[in-house]
Amino acid sequence: MSTEAVSNKSVFTPFNVITGAIIAMGLILTVMRFYNGLGTVTNLDNNNPWGIWIGFDLLVGVVLAAGGYTTSSAVLLFGMKKHRAAVRPALLTAFLGYFFVVVALTYDLGRPWRLPYPFVVQSGTTSMLFEVGLCVALYLTVLFLEFSPAALEWLGFKRLRNWIHKGTIALTVFGVVLSTLHQSSLGALYLIAPSKLHPLWYSTYLPTFFFISSIAAGLSMVMFEGWISHKAFHDHMSEEYLGQHDDLYYGFAKGASWVLLGYFFAKVIGIAVDDEWHLLATGWGQWFLIELLGFVLMPCLLYAIGAREKNLKLIRWTALLTVAGIILNRLNVSLIAFNYHLPADQRYFPSWQEFGITIFVCTLIVVTFRFIVTRMPIFHDHPDYKDHH
Amino acid sequence: MNRRKFLGLMGAAGVSATLGKKAEAAGNVSFDGYPGSKGVLFDATRCIGCRKCEVGCNEINGLPAPEKPFDDLTVLDTERRTENEAYTVVNKYETGKGSVFRKIQCMHCLEPACASACFVSAFRKQPSGAVSYDESVCVGCRYCMVACPFEVPTYSYNDPITPKVIKCHLCEPHIQSGKVEVPGCVGKCPKEALVYGERSELIRIARRRIEAHPERYVDHIYGEREMGGTSWLYLSGVPFGELGMREDLGTHSGPELTSGALSVVPMVPALWPLLLAGVYGMTKRQHKIADNEKADAVAEAIATTQAEADTKLKAAMQRAQSDKEATVKREVEKARQEAIREAEEAARAAAEGDDNADNGEKEEEGA
Ligand code: SF4
Ligand code: SF4
Repeated sequence: MSTEAVSNKSVFTPFNVITGAIIAMGLILTVMRFYNGLGTVTNLDNNNPWGIWIGFDLLVGVVLAAGGYTTSSAVLLFGMKKHRAAVRPALLTAFLGYFFVVVALTYDLGRPWRLPYPFVVQSGTTSMLFEVGLCVALYLTVLFLEFSPAALEWLGFKRLRNWIHKGTIALTVFGVVLSTLHQSSLGALYLIAPSKLHPLWYSTYLPTFFFISSIAAGLSMVMFEGWISHKAFHDHMSEEYLGQHDDLYYGFAKGASWVLLGYFFAKVIGIAVDDEWHLLATGWGQWFLIELLGFVLMPCLLYAIGAREKNLKLIRWTALLTVAGIILNRLNVSLIAFNYHLPADQRYFPSWQEFGITIFVCTLIVVTFRFIVTRMPIFHDHPDYKDHH
Repeated sequence: MNRRKFLGLMGAAGVSATLGKKAEAAGNVSFDGYPGSKGVLFDATRCIGCRKCEVGCNEINGLPAPEKPFDDLTVLDTERRTENEAYTVVNKYETGKGSVFRKIQCMHCLEPACASACFVSAFRKQPSGAVSYDESVCVGCRYCMVACPFEVPTYSYNDPITPKVIKCHLCEPHIQSGKVEVPGCVGKCPKEALVYGERSELIRIARRRIEAHPERYVDHIYGEREMGGTSWLYLSGVPFGELGMREDLGTHSGPELTSGALSVVPMVPALWPLLLAGVYGMTKRQHKIADNEKADAVAEAIATTQAEADTKLKAAMQRAQSDKEATVKREVEKARQEAIREAEEAARAAAEGDDNADNGEKEEEGA
């Protein structure tokens, strides 16, 4: 269903009706949030200052946008050259992901208009959040530049486009550096709170865990999105994109399998170093094992099988399982196993308005993605730049 | 030696050569507080739960009156925490030694987790001992609240324009301005459960009390080393855990917890690009080699095909040549035979004479 077809028929397609309703709700909630403050729309309190807008919108948003740096470095730096066609969709998703992470952040911050303060007024350089903020700001710029050739081709600005295109490798390297830093720093945010995060999830290796798992998340997201996009935007895909598609799955599945194996061992070492084996027998331990065995080891094996047997269906479902696992992990660290020591009645659960804003922001990503891929050369080459890579 | 140590070493050498616990690298680890800085000693064995300290705080800071008046002690039946309108609260705990009361407020850590967490440095440890907060730079991210191990800071969630973090300021502004000499809470305590003074002196006082009455106190000054040390110090007759105080905080300060990870930060931009450039160079070279090999192979293939084609052509030409020669020979031979025959016939005809010409013709026809 391309937009042209839609506009010829009725505007009241199911897709438009649902997105329209969500956007309307989002706008109302936005007014409520900025008119009455955080208190009226969230269940945040003094013991639980961070809710799903940080736990999901920020932490999950950033890790699921890791497809940008993983794909571009795999293809442009590590030589998976034949999968060039996968780079643009991945970069676009990453750019939109980060952009909307920042959008979502403005809802959570008490005074969002002061967002530049850490860089222009006074810096708290001992803060992990400072590092996260700096890297995300820079990386968003890098992603914007990396993505811009597609937009410039669409707009017809040849010279600028070619000029930026020349910097591709430098931008890619810069992107990997920034991603390494902020993906791990998001884990490092929680290093400051050893007394609040359950010991099975708290570890001095948290930054390493976050970084390794972001690679698995990035690879899996590319496969997962490819699957969805394939259904929705098949008409906009070039022969080249479609031709490389299956092959990309096998390569990425193999890669993700190895990364997940490494992540699994890293997590086990984390338990060993802090000598927390006895905690595995507790209720929290079982929850931890579900995450580790069901959402790390299992997809690791399934990917390996899928790649060996060239089983596309298995790989796709495994990608979904891995993504779910990563989401679970980030929510565990930020919300579920965080403040585990508080009595049940003081624990946090999001209000419907918080869910509402989160769904609103996700919808905005989908709508923008749809707008761009149906217009700009994302899943295909622009005819003027066929051999420009 | 044992397994734990071995794994620890492995961890330190391996995965986390980068992220190890080398907090010292980031400096200011043995910071014991500014010399002569002030603090408060709270003695739970003296506190009677009268909430006068709450009154003192409320008055000096001009806070709104609470729902239930301060002399209503039924409030103590439910556990409370600090609030926007109450920088300090007193709670009652049932313990092995009967009801014991504990006052809660900002601990004014020597190396505050809130301060190391804040990305605009809104919190500062002052030489006076107080940890101050500067509303004019606060972005409202509330990471300080995540970071504080004592769950002290609160937030004005219902203020859409100028929300801020709220916590005890140790009456720093009031003491600076000369309004009071000791914090509001300390001044109001009727039982001397609160003592304001130099932190080092407070520790000496606390030690002397424990030594003088070992049966009355547990042998521990809470806050002397917890989280790197705090300016508020606690004495108690029962284990601090029974007063709802965490005994698992350890002695690492907030900054120490993150300095290891922070010290890695410069390494990433320093090393990653070089490694990646190396990888890129390698893959590029590999591609180049592969490309060259491909080109070579193609050239070779072309050459062989060329050669083959040449020989084939030659053979074909030769064959054609010989074919042609044979044909020519054959044709020539044929022509020659023809000519000979014609000549012979002509000779024969001439020999038989003119009269026999008709017969001759007939004969020939018959033949
Ligand atoms: S008790 Fe909490 S708010 Fe007070 S200085 Fe320490 S970390 Fe900061
Ligand atoms: S809420 Fe304000 S004071 Fe607290 S960490 Fe954020 S910027 Fe700093």
